[in-house]
Amino acid sequence: MADAARKHAIRTLTEFDTGKVTRLKDGRVLREYWIDALNTEIEVAPGVRYAAWTFNGAVPGPTLRCTEGDSTLVHFTNKAAMPHSMHFHGIHAANMDGVFEQVPPGSSFDYAFTAKPFGLHIYHCHTMPVKMHIARGLYGVFLVDPKTPRPKAREMVMVMNGFDTDLNDEDNEFYTVNGFANVFFRDYPIPVKQGELQRVYLVNMTEFDLLNSMHTHATFFHVYPTGTTTTPTNYTDTITLGQGERAILEFRYDYPGRFLFHAHQNEFAELGWLGQFEVKP
Amino acid sequence: MTPPGEGRPADAGQANAATRPSALRVVLSGIAPLVLVGLMVWWFLLFGVNYVRLGPPPVEKLAIERVIFKPQEITLLVRNEGPGPLTVAQVLVNQAMWDFSITPGRELARLQSARISIPFDWIEGDPYNFDVITGTGVRHVRTVQVATATPSVSSRALGIFGLLGVYVGVIPVFLGLLWLPFLRSMPRSWMDFWISLTVGLLAFLAIDTFRESFEVMGRVPEFLNGLMLVALGAIGAFLALTGIDGIMRRRGGSRPAGARGMGLALMIAIGIGLHNLGEGLAIGAAYTLGEVALGSFLILGFTLHNTTEGLAILSPLVQEKVSWRDLFLLGLVGGGPTIVGTWTGAFTYSDPLSLVFLGIGGGAIVQVISVLVRARAESGESAIEALAKPRNIAGLLVGFILMYLTGLLVAG
Repeated sequence: MADAARKHAIRTLTEFDTGKVTRLKDGRVLREYWIDALNTEIEVAPGVRYAAWTFNGAVPGPTLRCTEGDSTLVHFTNKAAMPHSMHFHGIHAANMDGVFEQVPPGSSFDYAFTAKPFGLHIYHCHTMPVKMHIARGLYGVFLVDPKTPRPKAREMVMVMNGFDTDLNDEDNEFYTVNGFANVFFRDYPIPVKQGELQRVYLVNMTEFDLLNSMHTHATFFHVYPTGTTTTPTNYTDTITLGQGERAILEFRYDYPGRFLFHAHQNEFAELGWLGQFEVKP
Repeated sequence: MTPPGEGRPADAGQANAATRPSALRVVLSGIAPLVLVGLMVWWFLLFGVNYVRLGPPPVEKLAIERVIFKPQEITLLVRNEGPGPLTVAQVLVNQAMWDFSITPGRELARLQSARISIPFDWIEGDPYNFDVITGTGVRHVRTVQVATATPSVSSRALGIFGLLGVYVGVIPVFLGLLWLPFLRSMPRSWMDFWISLTVGLLAFLAIDTFRESFEVMGRVPEFLNGLMLVALGAIGAFLALTGIDGIMRRRGGSRPAGARGMGLALMIAIGIGLHNLGEGLAIGAAYTLGEVALGSFLILGFTLHNTTEGLAILSPLVQEKVSWRDLFLLGLVGGGPTIVGTWTGAFTYSDPLSLVFLGIGGGAIVQVISVLVRARAESGESAIEALAKPRNIAGLLVGFILMYLTGLLVAG
């Protein structure tokens, strides 16, 4: 199972679900996605199991990707043991907001909306108590590309989160990127080409801690807050995000070698939020 | 006379069986319930258990029983005290994931123990938090307030902890014994006062012993039932000393042992000695567990506090002729066990065992109190009536307050 958790974390880094694409009569693109809510036991650190609630069987759920203006249809089925929902960050109608239309176990719901604005967004369950439904793992990335694509780059999705494994004190035992402690430090140092443009879609889905952060060693990155602009607002090596906040980071490595990246709340780094880039010429 | 071969053998046999059953029947009737219980257990484990297996898996429980600090290494002795097997998954030191090795392995059956070795550059005097996280994500915690190198058995360590026992237990008791001439110079009518003062001292010690045991109880795994270990020690000691008292009384004719000074003094010394064994255990263990830094002040506090114990041993001897040899023996019985306690506590400390010892110490003192009170009671007087005389009440209170005030020196 540890293997499955590791593979999921690594896959989440670079795997995008662009949906089943068809053309509407008016010529617009229609993208359809299929999401199930499940009760899944996952592993969050070597040997540590967690009774998670998941979208499609793992934490975080799949990264749903589309382009601004696409017609988006998400077929949601609740195969878990209690009511759940999908609440997308974006601009859409009230009845597509996933708050008042709870989906009981065994039922389905179709979320239909036009993807806007472009940017780096999220989706998560919005059933009360929301903190528990998010802490248990019901969230994922919803990425809306601008109509004019961003410059070509090597792209990575990093979802920062925490796990309160003993479920009793709203205090996270472990912190991870993409769901498994230290996976990009011990199991899979991320291979990077020297000088190549790197783009990190950084999302903070941590519960019970107000903030999470990322610091890159020996390089600086441009920050596009929420990914809603194409001009950066900051040039730094440390970014702090509140709960549900996200940003796109762009950077290059000038020198080959191994470079750490981690939460600059070092207590999080010591509990699993630690990784390294392996830069090769 | 009945001729041979006549009579009614069948009837005779029946009568026999009714009055004196055969050996086979005795054995069978003894074994039958055991066999039936065995059958029931067998059936339950094979089939019955499936009917009652309800609900989620049981909550994992792991005790970190002991923390051992060696240069560059910390060792945790852990035990699975939950209802089912568990897996040791991760170890956090001061809230940081840390590499560790575990023998015999990560999988622990019920009640199985293991040794977790953590390479760690720890610092003398710092506090440390240990979290062991088991397979289902449950966190098991142990805090050490002050890290100190765990002493290993060496002649030097034996010497240091032996000396500690001498300082804390033996010397004070002997110093207290030196009050004998003073007590003798007081009027004879003060006898009751000295005895009741002793009862006050002992009452304090008994309560203090049980208080100490409550503290240790919190660290003992639930399944070991710490309270019952204390009760076992206390009741056992009380009954054993009562038996010894009875034997001494029969040897001494009709006079109760309490009336003879030396016998009573010895009983008090034994009670105090058992208490001091527990005290030594606590001191040695507290030092090892990093709960106290044994400063000079603390040691002096114990010395003053325990000097009153010598006084308690003396009170029955005020009107007796007593040899120096006997006094020495009494001091040794009362104070000597402290050394055994500090050694045991420092090197092979075990919480459950010290609970038994604390119980023994408490029970022994309570028994000595009962002997003292009965010995002073005049014929036809109850123990309470004997104590309720103004001079006795004063003695009781003075003894208790004396212990309390000298005890303040040990606080910290």
